[in-house]
Amino acid sequence: MSNTVLFELGVEELPARFINDALQQLESKTKAWFENQRIPFDDVKGFATPRRLAVQVTEVAEKQPDIEEEAKGPAKKIALDDQGEWTKAAIGFSKGQGKDVDDIYFKEIKGTEYVHVNKFIEGESTANLLKEFRSVFLDLTFAKNMRWGSYDLRYARPIRWMVALFGEEVIPFSIENISTGRTTFGHRFLGEEVALHSAAEYEDVLKQQSIIPSLNERKNNIHEQLLHLEKEKQWNLVIDDDLLNEVTNLVELPTVFTGAFNEEFLEIPEEALITSMKEHQRYFPVRSTDGDLLPFFVGVRNGDDRHLDTVARGNEKVLKARLKDAQFFYEEDQKGSIDEKLEKLTRMVYQEELGTLADKVQRIKAITGKVSDWLELDDKEKAQAQRAAEICKFDLVTQMVDEFTELQGVMGEKYARLFGEDEAVAVAINEHYMPRHANGEVPSSKVGAIVSIADKMDTIVGSIAIGIIPTGSQDPYGLRRQALGILQTLNTLGWSLPVEQIIDLVHNFYVELSLPTRSKEEVNKDLHEFFNLRAAYLLREEQVDPDVVDAVLVNGINVYSTTLEKAKLLVEKRQDETFKPIQEALGRVLNLAEKAETDEVDPELFENETEAELYSTFTAMHEPYVAALENEDPVKALEILSELSSPIHEFFDQTMVMAEDVKVKNNRLGLLKSIAYDIKKYADFNAIEWKQQF
Amino acid sequence: MNIQDMILTLQKHWSDQGCLLMQAYDTEKGAGTMSPMTLLKSLGPEPWNVAYVEPSRRPADGRYGQNPNRLYQHHQFQVIMKPSPDNIQELYLDSLKALGIDPNKHDIRFVEDNWENPTLGAAGLGWEVWLDGMEITQFTYFQQIGGLEARPVSAEITYGLERLASYIQDKENVFELEWTDGVTVGDIFMQPEYEHSTYTFEESDEDMLFQLFSTYEKEAERIMEKGLVFPAYDYVLKCSHTFNLLDAKGVISVTERTGYISRVRNLARKIAKTYVEERERLGFPMLKKEDENHE
Repeated sequence: MSNTVLFELGVEELPARFINDALQQLESKTKAWFENQRIPFDDVKGFATPRRLAVQVTEVAEKQPDIEEEAKGPAKKIALDDQGEWTKAAIGFSKGQGKDVDDIYFKEIKGTEYVHVNKFIEGESTANLLKEFRSVFLDLTFAKNMRWGSYDLRYARPIRWMVALFGEEVIPFSIENISTGRTTFGHRFLGEEVALHSAAEYEDVLKQQSIIPSLNERKNNIHEQLLHLEKEKQWNLVIDDDLLNEVTNLVELPTVFTGAFNEEFLEIPEEALITSMKEHQRYFPVRSTDGDLLPFFVGVRNGDDRHLDTVARGNEKVLKARLKDAQFFYEEDQKGSIDEKLEKLTRMVYQEELGTLADKVQRIKAITGKVSDWLELDDKEKAQAQRAAEICKFDLVTQMVDEFTELQGVMGEKYARLFGEDEAVAVAINEHYMPRHANGEVPSSKVGAIVSIADKMDTIVGSIAIGIIPTGSQDPYGLRRQALGILQTLNTLGWSLPVEQIIDLVHNFYVELSLPTRSKEEVNKDLHEFFNLRAAYLLREEQVDPDVVDAVLVNGINVYSTTLEKAKLLVEKRQDETFKPIQEALGRVLNLAEKAETDEVDPELFENETEAELYSTFTAMHEPYVAALENEDPVKALEILSELSSPIHEFFDQTMVMAEDVKVKNNRLGLLKSIAYDIKKYADFNAIEWKQQF
Repeated sequence: MNIQDMILTLQKHWSDQGCLLMQAYDTEKGAGTMSPMTLLKSLGPEPWNVAYVEPSRRPADGRYGQNPNRLYQHHQFQVIMKPSPDNIQELYLDSLKALGIDPNKHDIRFVEDNWENPTLGAAGLGWEVWLDGMEITQFTYFQQIGGLEARPVSAEITYGLERLASYIQDKENVFELEWTDGVTVGDIFMQPEYEHSTYTFEESDEDMLFQLFSTYEKEAERIMEKGLVFPAYDYVLKCSHTFNLLDAKGVISVTERTGYISRVRNLARKIAKTYVEERERLGFPMLKKEDENHE
C-alpha cells in the first residue's frame, strides 16, 4: 500500500528572487528527509508560486520497512548454569532485545558458542513520522528573513496557511499560530478558499483555481505566449532569462499583454528605454525583425485575459510618465558643459576615508599617465588617455545616471560625443567599466583598457588599504571581479606589464598622498596575496592543475599572459616522459640550494669535471635564458633551462656535494644556489607533482 | 472619486478596522513614517492602530509646479497596525475595493521592496503594491526602529494619495486632479509649489539654516537629557527638514553630509531608547488597556 503526500506552505508574496532557490531547497531537503526517515517513496515534485511553496511525494509507503537483525549475547557457558538453566545474564540479554529466552539459539564464533536472538524492529507508521516534516519548512534558508505580528519565527514572509495530507488524511503539525489542514487558497482574485480531498489532486485543484503551481510550467507558458506574440506581430522580443524568471515568480496565472508608447520617446538612447521597461516595469522590449527598437512593450499580468485592455492602458500610462522623465533628464543633461559636471564631483563622496570622486579621478589620471608611459603610447594616445581619465566619471552627476545607475559609462559615452569629445575618449568612458560582470567583455581600445585598469586598481588598493578585504561570500565592492578584470584585460590586450608593477605604483601613490591606510607592509602583503589568489582562480579556470598553479606563482604573477602560457606548457610537459628527468634535475638543485649560504662560486675549487661542466653550461645559458624570459618567451626559456638537465644529473652522480672540506662544500652549494636562482625565475619545479602514467 | 472622498473612504475603512484617526502632525516632515504617531508609537510592546493623512515635504523634489509628477509637498495616507494582524493584506485589498478599484478588472501585485531610513535607524521588509504597473502603496513590516528591534512588528501601509488619485481620476497631470468636484490640486497647491521651490532653490538663507540646524540639534540634546522625549523628537524633525532644505540647495559638502546624517541618527536612537524606557516606567498603559478591554 502506498499513497501520495502533499505539503503546502501558504505565504504572503515571496520576493521573486527567492523562489527558484527555495524550490530547489524544498525538493532536495524533502528527498533527504524521506531517505533519513527510511520511508520508501517514488518521486518528489515541487511547486512554487509567489504565494506558496509545495511538495508532492508519490508512492509513499504506509510504514518504514521492518528490520530484522541478529543480536549477539553472552557466551554459552555464561548463559547456562551447571543445571542447564538460563542464567540471569541470558534472561537479561533476551529481555533487553525485547525477546524471550525461548527465542535464543547458539552460534559458534571463533570456536566459542554464543547466545543469539533474531531481533525484529517493526517499521514505524509513516503517518506518525510525517508529523515531524515541519522541520523541512523551517530549514529552508532565505537571503533575508523577517518577523511579523507578535510571533518569534523569522521567515522570508509571513506564513498564512499550511496543507499537509497523506492520501486523504491530514497530517497534524503547526508552525507558530498556523496548523495544517486541507484548506488551500486559489488565485488571490480569481480563485477562492478550497478544501483538498486528497494529496494527489493538488495540481488539478489549483488549476481550477486559476493557478499554475509548477514553476517550470508557468515559465514555459509565458515563453510560449511570448513566442506566439512574436509570430503574430512579426516582432523580435528581447527575452532575457533573468527577466523571464522574475516575471514567472511575480504571478500565479500569467497572461501576456502588449502596450505602446509614443514614437517621440525613441529619441532617448535605447539603453535608457530598455532599462526603464525591463528594470523598472518588468516589460519585455520589442524590436523589429531588423533589430530596431519599436515603440511597444510586452508585460505579464497576474490573472486571465479579462479586462486586459484596462491593464494595458494603465501600464502604458505608467511607462509614459517614466519615459517623460527620462526624456527630460536627457535634455537637461545636455545643458551646461562637461567641466561644470566635473565640478560637482568635488561634492560627491567616493569613500568616506578616501575622499570625493574628484579625488579618485585625480588618482586615476596619475595612474593612467604612468601606465601610458610604460606602454609607450604615442603623444596623441597619451592625450586621449589623460582626457578619458579626467572625464571618466562625469556622467555620474547626470540626472539620467542618477535615475538609471546601471547606465553609468553608457550615458557617459553618448554625452561625451554630444559634447564633442574625441571618439576614442567617448568609447573609453564606457569601456572603463568593463568587464561589467563575471566573464564579461573586456575593453577593446587601448585607452579604455588603461583607464579601466587605473580605475579598478585604485579601487582595489584603496579598499584594501582601509581594511575592506573580501572574505568568503562577502565582497560588497566587487573587488574580486575587478581584480579579475585587470588580469583579463592585460591578458587580452597582450601587454607585457607585470601586475605587481601596477600594484606597487598605486600603493606608492597612496603612501605619497598620505591617504589613510594601514601599515605599508601589511597592505602590501594583503594586496599581493589578494591578486595571487585571483590569478590562481583564473589559471584554474584555464584548466591548470593546482600544483602547477602553485609552481608558476612562486614569485608572484608578473606578466599574467606569460605566466598563463608557462602554466599551460608545464601542464603539457608533465604528461611527457622525457620531461621527467629534467624536472627531477631542476628540483634537486632547488632542494639543495636551500642549504647554501652564499651564491659565490670559485672555479679554482672544482675537484671534478662534472662541476666544471655544470658551471660552464650554466654560464653559457644564463644570458640567453634571461633574455628569453624578458622577451616573454617561456617556451624558449624552458628549452634553455632543459640544457642543464644532463650536466646536473652527471654532477650529482659524480659529486658529493656535502664534502668534508667546508670550502669545497660551500663552493658546490654556491654553484647550485646561483643556478637555483635562475630556475626559480621560471617556476618552483618541486611543487609540480609528477602524474603517474598507467 | 475626488481626493477628499478618497480620504474619507480610507478613514472610514481603517476606522472600521479599529484604527484611531489622527490628524497630520504639525511639524514639517518628509514622510508619514516620521510622525511620532508612527515612529515612536511603533516602538515597545504596546498595541497601536492608527490612520492619518500626512502632508510630506521633499524640498529636493520641488519643480516650481512645472512637472506633472513631482511635488515639493505631496500627501500620504498612513496606516499603522501593531501587532500586524494576520489578515492585513486582505484588509488592504478591501480598502482598494472601497475606493472603487475592482481587483478583478486590474493587475494588482505585491513586488518585493525593502524600506530603510538610515537617518532614523529604521528598516523594514515588504512590498510596493503595483496597480497595473503603477506603484500605489508602500507596504512594510517594521523590523527595526531607532536602532531597536521592533517587537511586536507593526505593519505600515502608506498610500501615495496623488498617485492613486491620478489612476482613479485618469489624469496625467497631478495639478489637474480634483480635490473636490470643481476644485483642483493646482487651484490649491500651485502657488505654494512655485513659492516653496523658489525659496528652496533660490532664496533660502543658508547661513540661517545652518545656524538653525545646530540650534535645533542642541535643543534636542538638552531636553533629551531631561527625558522629554516628544519635544526632543520635534526638534529632531526640525533638524531633518532643515537638513533637507540645505541639501536641496546643494550646499552640504560630502564630509558634512555624512556627519549631519549620523548626528540625526544618534539623536533618533537616543530618543527611541528613552521613549521605551519612559513607557515602561509608566507600566505600558496601552497594554493594560487592551487587557481590560478583553475582560
